[in-house]
Amino acid sequence: MIDQLLHLLPYPFVQDMLLAGVLVSVVAGLVSRFVVARNMSFAVHALAEVGFTGSAGFILIGLSPVLGLLSGSLLTALVIGTLGLRVRERDSVVGVVMAFGLGLGVLFITLYPRYATEAFSILFGAITTVSQGDLILLVVMAIITIVGLGVMYRPLTFATVDPLVAEARGVPVRLVSILFLLMLAASVAEAVQIVGVLLILTLLITPGATAERLTAHPGLATLASVGVALLATVGGILLALVTTVPVSFYVTTIAFACYITVRLGAPLLERSRRRGASA
Amino acid sequence: MCFDRATLAYGDRVVWSELSMTVPQGEFLAVLGPNGSGKTSLLRALLGLAPLASGSLDVLGGPPRRGNPAIGYVPQHAGFDRDLPLRGRDLVGLGVDGHRWGFGRLSRADRARVEAALEAVEAGPYADAPIGRLSGGEQQRLRIAQALVGDPKLLLCDEPLASLDMRYQQEITELIGGWSRDRGGTVVFVTHDVNPVLGYADRVVFVVNGRWAAGTTDAVLTSQTMSDLYDAPVEVLRVRGRVVVVGEASGAGFDIDEPHHFPEPVGTHQ
Repeated sequence: MIDQLLHLLPYPFVQDMLLAGVLVSVVAGLVSRFVVARNMSFAVHALAEVGFTGSAGFILIGLSPVLGLLSGSLLTALVIGTLGLRVRERDSVVGVVMAFGLGLGVLFITLYPRYATEAFSILFGAITTVSQGDLILLVVMAIITIVGLGVMYRPLTFATVDPLVAEARGVPVRLVSILFLLMLAASVAEAVQIVGVLLILTLLITPGATAERLTAHPGLATLASVGVALLATVGGILLALVTTVPVSFYVTTIAFACYITVRLGAPLLERSRRRGASA
Repeated sequence: MCFDRATLAYGDRVVWSELSMTVPQGEFLAVLGPNGSGKTSLLRALLGLAPLASGSLDVLGGPPRRGNPAIGYVPQHAGFDRDLPLRGRDLVGLGVDGHRWGFGRLSRADRARVEAALEAVEAGPYADAPIGRLSGGEQQRLRIAQALVGDPKLLLCDEPLASLDMRYQQEITELIGGWSRDRGGTVVFVTHDVNPVLGYADRVVFVVNGRWAAGTTDAVLTSQTMSDLYDAPVEVLRVRGRVVVVGEASGAGFDIDEPHHFPEPVGTHQ
């Protein structure tokens, strides 16, 4: 199996795929910290599912499914951002928009009879079948998202954990919310390439949720979140290269294993630390 | 700080109208009144977050503006999520640089300021613990450290004593009152119960149903002023150094004796 990997690694398509995987993991690790802290898992789901409709629509008119996915989720982010930013109304707005988006998806699938395989790869992820052009698009999108998140990292953190004081200190809280939604939409479109629409939460929730249990230091938590995303994605791609099981299965399994280990390990760690402190 | 016939309204709803009062630098102003009477809105006006419908407001020598670094703000307490990866130290640090774009670590000088602010509220021992696991009183101390880390001239506190027990109420009030006394800082302290701040407040403003009364504690908290304000018979009693406001439960369309709005009867606290 290792021999097989070493044999495959020099191929440019494998290296491109790994590069895309690494960049998407950095994006996912960063974003998932905020998705968890802002309670936005439902919005992530909506962005992904309406993104699915977008790519179905783009395939129908003969355009790139990745571009369609990006358009679908960005448009959804704008609609959600415009209709409901207050936490209380957000869930219902997300639900309403997602339901209509999926309705359109049904229409597009019916109109395009040969859709079955492509639908499968969007729903469950298939980085191995992404075209060269789409891979470049994916890398460019990921770099833009990383830069964007880097620029708004501090005010986004402030607005997330302490919105009232952030607003008083001059942070444009509304603008930051909308910008984050757009970054989230781009991240969703990127992560879908690896794990698919239905498994999106494994990259956008699990790393952040795992990191939260590891440390109370916000910077370290962000690093840990990126670490979990990297481990799951790169590990998943490598394992998928040498087996016949899809990438997304490995990614979800590795991510879940990280989470479970931390959940079971954290109380033990805390107990031993406390014992150390009292001794 | 000076309000001149200031009126605040959200759409058609007037929160308070024609408010005029001057608070000299270094004074402690208690903002009193029932819930929903516009106490928090008064703070938002001072922060430049709620524009006046008419009249004028002068804060520290100029019109209110968002993000004024000379103003510290302690918002109404909403506890932090237990698992939030954030330490008290980080909360205070956000008060220094949270509004700046980009990544970036605090400079050595800024870290020293954070340390000093933590020290000033005696939060050192728990500054590295997850903030969501701390008690309400500890979180409130950290919020005060965050508000004071920028060395403001004006401190705005929104119900800083809510959900704290008596001991913490006294500690927090002393922390804020002491800062005002030692540093010559102005304090605007929103509270529904005047008793904890009786020894600190230089003046009070009482807002209710769009009307207001401002002045020294002794001038405002009288049966006459309060009855005029509520447009109903209200009795202000002073019992064992505490102020108790008692009104008729019916008639005026509100329950003046509701514990959330007014001091509870003395007996329950003893």
